[in-house]
Amino acid sequence: MTALLELEDVEARYGPVHVLHGISLAVEEGSIVAVLGPNGAGKTTTLRAVSGSVRRSGRIAFDGQPLGRLGPAGVTRLGVAHVPEGRGTFAELTVWENLRLGAYTRRGSIQPELERVFSYFPWLSDRRRQEAGTLSGGEQQMLALARAFVLRPRLLLLDEPSLGLAPVLVAELFRIVRQMNKDEGLTVLIVEQNAHLALEAAHAGYVLEAGRVVLAGTSEELQADDSIRRSYLGY
Amino acid sequence: MATVESSPRPSFRSRRTDVGSLPVVLVLLLGAAIFLLVGCLQSTNFARLTVEGLASGAVYSSLALALVLIYRATHVINFAQGELAMLTTYVAYQLIQWGLPYWGAFFATLAISFALGLVLEVALIRPVLHRSVIATVIVTVGLFILIDGVVNWVWGADLKFMPSPFGNGAFNLGGVAILHLYVGMLAVVAASVLLVWALFRFTKLGLGMRAAAVRPAAAALVGVRVDRMLAIGWGLAAVLGAVAGLMAEPSQLFLSPTLMQSILVYAFAAAVLGGLESPAGAVVGGLTIGVSISLVIGYVPQISSELQLPFAFLVLLIVLLVKPSGLFGRREVRRV
Repeated sequence: MTALLELEDVEARYGPVHVLHGISLAVEEGSIVAVLGPNGAGKTTTLRAVSGSVRRSGRIAFDGQPLGRLGPAGVTRLGVAHVPEGRGTFAELTVWENLRLGAYTRRGSIQPELERVFSYFPWLSDRRRQEAGTLSGGEQQMLALARAFVLRPRLLLLDEPSLGLAPVLVAELFRIVRQMNKDEGLTVLIVEQNAHLALEAAHAGYVLEAGRVVLAGTSEELQADDSIRRSYLGY
Repeated sequence: MATVESSPRPSFRSRRTDVGSLPVVLVLLLGAAIFLLVGCLQSTNFARLTVEGLASGAVYSSLALALVLIYRATHVINFAQGELAMLTTYVAYQLIQWGLPYWGAFFATLAISFALGLVLEVALIRPVLHRSVIATVIVTVGLFILIDGVVNWVWGADLKFMPSPFGNGAFNLGGVAILHLYVGMLAVVAASVLLVWALFRFTKLGLGMRAAAVRPAAAALVGVRVDRMLAIGWGLAAVLGAVAGLMAEPSQLFLSPTLMQSILVYAFAAAVLGGLESPAGAVVGGLTIGVSISLVIGYVPQISSELQLPFAFLVLLIVLLVKPSGLFGRREVRRV
């Protein structure tokens, strides 16, 4: 397998605040990779660096091509869908318009994509005229995921999908992501506070602390690691 | 460092329409419409004033809509919008001087206006937009002064005359003479407003522009080129302004560099009355102000036409004091 996404010595800062101090990681095509770590470790910023929503230095390559200074719109055009923290839902627009925006960079009819997405989220089809802001938190997270799928991305960046959701919804959400990964070979880079859930779903993981990778390995290796168990899995 | 990731998470926040006052507003508007209709049937003078008011109101609506388009996308009032409209009216005048027929010049001017709006955004607004709101406002004020200077320099301050687009005839509607001009003004503005609405409502470009206006960061993440959308927004606003300028000129009978200065104040009042972020509000606000001024001046002899502008300012002040979100404004509701 070859790496679909490669980060080499990536640094990023918000103004004077240095958040990433040289992150290196690789995401194999067709795999689910989890990024774990405490608050402020730079997990979200890592995703933002990939999608170009934060100024970064170092080398990021997608499918072998360096991203350089490409901004978020340009990265999306390469087939990278980013579901940000807080979902990035257009609350003022309808469900259908949100989905349409998901496929904004695709040309031609999106009807086949919509039907594909509705097969994963059947309830969305009946709500397409509803304003997205009137959906519940869980429904909005599902909509954000659906919006990312409409793009038919090669890489999905998923930031804290479980945040504030009821456990049953979180389970459903992870089930759909794994299903997508199995059915369509979708590659996923997921940031998650809930390490247990993330490692259950992922093939490999990276642990960040203070803007650096401190540990990397397959899910099995990480689940067996004592320090991970103590710090993140709690047993 | 921890502050970066643990900043407030907006996951459970959503903006929703405050529909609380909308039914009341609609009932009030319906009441006003019935009042106008009954008045028109009762008195020919009332009918004449109403039609005149609607026609000038249409001009205010068009310019107000231009202000709202830009305000929604950038949260900045473009103070140069009126002067830009005046400049493009001079462009139409020049094209007619060069021999183009009126409507040929009209459509050519709309195309030129679009390009002009686009170029101004890229060249002057984009460099300062993300620095500060005040810097952007100052640039628009500077643009106001610059355009004024350029027009006076190129065409001079003396009055210019353009051919009348709708002739000097009048319809006779139940004993009320209604100038072709007024009907034409209303029709042209209505057509442009409908086209802009359809663009926003039914096209992918329009959806991208709406997304870029309400959530720029999220729009960029789905691949919308937000900068480009802002530039196109400026182009469209300039086109709506050009329509306002071209329709204002025949009702004022001549063209001068001050063509749009008072109209900008009315348009501003209309936009605020409508809620500043609401395109429908801008249109309703413009018509409301046009008709109110026409009727007040027609029926209240103490308020002469010299007091029109202060009247518009009064409306502005009252709206800002009584209902800052305007007739159709959205109030942000936080759901936690």
